[in-house]
Amino acid sequence: MVDPQRAAITLAINGAEQHLEVDTRATLLDVLRERLDLIGAKKGCDHGQCGSCTVLIDGRRAKSCLALAVALDGSSITTVEGLADGDELHPLQAAFIDHDAFQCGYCTPGQICSAIGMLEEARAEGAELTPEAIRERMSGNICRCGAYPNIVAAIAEVAE
Amino acid sequence: MAEVATRAIGAPVRRIEGRAKVTGAARYAVEHDPGEVAYGWIVQAQVARGKITDIDDAEARSQPGVLHVLWHGNAPRLEEVSDAELAVFQEPRVAYRGQIVAAVVADNPEAAREAARLVRVKVHEEPHDVGLRADHPHLYKPDKVNPSFPSDTDKGDVDAALARAEVTIDHTYSTPAYHNNAMEPHATLARWDGDRLTVYDSNQGAAAHRAPLAKAFGLEPEQVRVLAEHVGGGFGSKGTPRPQMIVAAMLARISGRAVKLPVTRQQMFAFTGYRTPTIQRMRLGATGDGRITAIEHRVFEQTSQIREFAEQAATPTRVMYATDNLRTSHRLVRLDVPTPSWMRAPGECPGMYALESAIDELALAVGIDPIELRIRNDADAEPDSGKPFSSRNLVACLREGADRFGWADRDPRQRQRDGRWFIGSGVAASTYPAYQRDAEATARVQPDGSFRVGIAAADIGTGARTALTQIAADTLGVPVERVRVDIGDSALPRAGVAGGSMGTSSWGAAVAKACEALLAEMERGGSEAHADTKAEIEAKKDLARHAFGAQFAEVRVDGETGEIRVSRLLGVFAAGRIVNPVTARSQFIGGMTMGMGMALFEESVMDRRYGDYLNHDLAQYHVPANADVADIEVAWIEEDDPELNRIGTKGIGEIGIVGTAAAIANAVHHATGLRFRALPIHLDGLVGAGT
Amino acid sequence: MKPFAYERADETARAVSTVAGSHGHATFLGGGTNLVDLMKLGVATPERLVDVTRLPHAEITETKYGGLLIGAAVRNSDLAVHPLVRERYPVLSEAILAGASGQIRNMATIGGNLLQRTRCPYFQDVSKACNKRAPGSGCPARHGEHRELAIIGHSEHCVATHPSDMAVALAALGAEVHVHGGQGLWSIPLTDLHRLPGEMPQRDTILAPEDLITHVELPPLPLARNSRYRKVRDRASFAFALVSLAAAVEVDGGNVADCRIAFGGIAHKPWRARKAEETLRGRPATPDAFGAAADAELADARPLRDNGFKLLLARNLFVRVLTDLVDG
Ligand SMILES: Cc1cc2nc3c(=O)[nH]c(=O)nc-3n(C[C@H](O)[C@H](O)[C@H](O)COP(=O)(O)OP(=O)(O)OC[C@H]3O[C@@H](n4cnc5c(N)ncnc54)[C@H](O)[C@@H]3O)c2cc1C
Ligand code: SF4
Ligand code: FES
Ligand code: FES
Repeated sequence: MVDPQRAAITLAINGAEQHLEVDTRATLLDVLRERLDLIGAKKGCDHGQCGSCTVLIDGRRAKSCLALAVALDGSSITTVEGLADGDELHPLQAAFIDHDAFQCGYCTPGQICSAIGMLEEARAEGAELTPEAIRERMSGNICRCGAYPNIVAAIAEVAE
Repeated sequence: MAEVATRAIGAPVRRIEGRAKVTGAARYAVEHDPGEVAYGWIVQAQVARGKITDIDDAEARSQPGVLHVLWHGNAPRLEEVSDAELAVFQEPRVAYRGQIVAAVVADNPEAAREAARLVRVKVHEEPHDVGLRADHPHLYKPDKVNPSFPSDTDKGDVDAALARAEVTIDHTYSTPAYHNNAMEPHATLARWDGDRLTVYDSNQGAAAHRAPLAKAFGLEPEQVRVLAEHVGGGFGSKGTPRPQMIVAAMLARISGRAVKLPVTRQQMFAFTGYRTPTIQRMRLGATGDGRITAIEHRVFEQTSQIREFAEQAATPTRVMYATDNLRTSHRLVRLDVPTPSWMRAPGECPGMYALESAIDELALAVGIDPIELRIRNDADAEPDSGKPFSSRNLVACLREGADRFGWADRDPRQRQRDGRWFIGSGVAASTYPAYQRDAEATARVQPDGSFRVGIAAADIGTGARTALTQIAADTLGVPVERVRVDIGDSALPRAGVAGGSMGTSSWGAAVAKACEALLAEMERGGSEAHADTKAEIEAKKDLARHAFGAQFAEVRVDGETGEIRVSRLLGVFAAGRIVNPVTARSQFIGGMTMGMGMALFEESVMDRRYGDYLNHDLAQYHVPANADVADIEVAWIEEDDPELNRIGTKGIGEIGIVGTAAAIANAVHHATGLRFRALPIHLDGLVGAGT
Repeated sequence: MKPFAYERADETARAVSTVAGSHGHATFLGGGTNLVDLMKLGVATPERLVDVTRLPHAEITETKYGGLLIGAAVRNSDLAVHPLVRERYPVLSEAILAGASGQIRNMATIGGNLLQRTRCPYFQDVSKACNKRAPGSGCPARHGEHRELAIIGHSEHCVATHPSDMAVALAALGAEVHVHGGQGLWSIPLTDLHRLPGEMPQRDTILAPEDLITHVELPPLPLARNSRYRKVRDRASFAFALVSLAAAVEVDGGNVADCRIAFGGIAHKPWRARKAEETLRGRPATPDAFGAAADAELADARPLRDNGFKLLLARNLFVRVLTDLVDG
């Protein structure tokens, strides 16, 4: 008999298909971190309140701590580990380094994934990205180190 | 072609571990992969005071995947530890709500969490007292305040001077409990190999964590290794070991597995430290032309039943302004609350909020510009001790800041408006001690001619790894790319914690000394050297060593809704030599941002009937979000102070938060004419201020 | 989290019957941003989740009357940026964008947003009493920490507020909620969906557990082109409302021809300000008249010990938003 509290799912993670059997309770964040050793997505609160677990689900930014893995069967996921092209950093990753847009680095993968999703949202809407607009759109990503001005500068550079 | 001289110190070197952090390659505590692993989960007390009579773990243990449930009835005995917070599961007493009373270990995190929910703790509850008051009958004078300052000081005759003063200020200021809330929650991965224990822990000092851990388990320090290569912030709360480290080691021993034990964000509000609430009575006496004749600063704070932590909130007043009559005191009360601890600039941060608010009130009372008043009362020797300063550039910071901020154009009249917004600006001074602690380091030349330096330092986001690399590179006379600095491992040479803003001064001096020794050693054909800075620190002159700064804030207050926006912040600091202008700027900005949180958003709210901090998550405890931070400017005064340490640094990690809250509160007063003497300043009291 | 079974529903009637037959043990799952949160906290302990995000209610279509029919599985962010919403109901777009964060709005569904539970701190902490979570255990908020809670329509048993921003705009716009329930298909005005706490604070809405929201329908409302949402909170972004206001107004010859107004953050439900609307119709569109209308609406408010500021805040916000709307 199949255990109703487990499920077989398929996720395309950073381009690679993964077939997994998961506990229905497992969040995407825990599956990434504990099953797949993709520790780039961080756990700052586990309740949707900090943004450090942000990944892209089917191209859209989302908080992986509130997403049940079982509900994502068939989705494609991009984590911070999937952004660089070999040795070539994603422009946002490079801009984060250039602008010193982090200190402890714990919020950073979430900030970068969130920024990628945000830039795409703004592009689709045809919205102008003033610094103020970037700040508002990035407010779901808390940085306790207070790197905000540098984060905004890094994103603004890439947005241009 | 001419050789380019390498001068890494002072250059905007990018963070060494930047690439690892932006690609997700950097591993933090429980992100290490030790092979087969089990997961721990903590169970907390649900009463503020009492005695556990029984723990029913049957249902928890029956969950699939659960390995063990640990509590005082079945936990291994620990050796005596000096910090009672670490004596986990040793007795049935509950000293505060949220204290660790049991822990579960299971095959997977889902089972561990669920089993923890099912552990039934039976407690004989006793009446509790969690309310701090300035007239609490059990207030007492601690022997010393953190880390080892006298509780009280008394110079001259404060009462007489106050009685004689032409102008007096007498107000009580209060700050709430604040939680550090580093982004990475405390977490430990523990693994036993026979009688050797390895822990990957999120902390501010691997070496400082090893000793108590070894002691608790009756091991020699050499049997224990603590690793913390990357740490997601700490702000003081990871400076001393937290109980989850002990619990993780216990669970690992009992289960025979490597165990990951993450603390949840909610749990962090109980047992990982916080800033005590304070009540501070400030009395100032002055002449009509604004010369301070007396200062009294009395502080009331809380600590827990099991450990004394006395925040040194009145100590900055011993440093700031010249006066012949100066009295400071600290009183504590032991309550049934979690133990407070270090949070960014313990002492200076809340203390300077009170002092710099009172100074602003004095400036208004005597009708003198608040910058001018501060300049008039600048001290040429440390007011309390009389010791000369190694350097003091408070006045230069105030002047430079006034220029940059456009202070000369400020209309001192209150309630200036821009439509429905009130606009105001405020200033406050800032200070933080320039400490240095002894440390050891090794330096080695590699067969390929590159260098490797080792020291058990920590980089919790401060940029320490990068600064130490710059220091090593300059000392060795090579580009930074040729040097690798290993930190975050208790197996490396001994070093103090990342705290007290003394990392670069303490570790940097040891690294420089080791590199110097290596150069000498290489002349003799050797390839490795070791250094210890103990002797040179003991030989230092008896001087007052402090960094100073000036903080400026411009706020806008909606006169209808009371909403407050900080439209500008400027900080100018004199903090010795700046090793890396990029990472230093980030540190200052980070401190000021946290200061904004302290002023306007942050507050750990306690429902006294329950006795724990109620708003225990990041949706309820508001730290600044991106949209709150409009414009922060940072500048510094170059200081060349030979009396500090080999590097000439004073430390930059904490001074950024000191004074920010007072500058903002002073600006709110200038904007609205309303003085708030209790933080945080929420809009509640400002709604309709314009009507 | 209590173990649970998961199923992805692909047929509405089956989803409803699964929950109906579960004796309260099964529940619908939308984006999970509230439900999963509460399950981790032990506040919600379902044994079966029926995922309704793949049901065929994920589209936004224009109705033949010129309104909008919004599928319950539409994601909050998609609704917020929909061109017809921006053009015809800007208040709705603004309200959604004022809520949560970009990531959460990408996950959250319309149905889930309406049925998200209160953010009262006691409700979210199973170690404490709370009538809404554990009926009969008491309401510690009433005499405890209630700065962010209700000032109107509360009861001795509960003083919680409804946290949704979107629902406030929908209340102002006169939205209709379509339900596929155990009893078949029916619909009700959104303003009747949520309840006041009364003696049964455990019930947020009039829905039975198996009642599935399939759509939200917006009536054609030309005056909504001139509409706005303003939210006051403790920080500039990513925080729940202390008080918010959704308003649409049409002015004719200096007088208020018609208006739609609702408050958020002050009650157990989005608070449609019908008294204020009635007071205003036909009256001069002036700040004084707006103030009088707000006073009429808030006359029944009974602030608690620590949230009296919300009363003046609500009034001032009302006057400000309406004044801005008539000034254009
Ligand atoms: C940190 C944080 C901040 C937030 N800030 C805000 C804010 O400022 N403003 C705001 O408005 N919201 C805010 N939210 C709440 C957020 O908007 C809601 O969590 C979200 O809208 C819920 O939608 P969901 O689809 O994820 O619902 P779910 O979590 O999936 O479900 C919520 C409830 O609705 C039920 N349900 C779902 N769909 C249906 C349906 N079709 N029919 C019947 N029942 C259904 C579920 O059974 C469950 O009981 C915040 C959330 C978080 C985590
Ligand atoms: S206000 Fe309502 S939700 Fe909050 S504690 Fe009281 S009963 Fe529970
Ligand atoms: S860990 Fe997901 S939002 Fe904080
Ligand atoms: S860099 Fe530390 S939290 Fe953002």
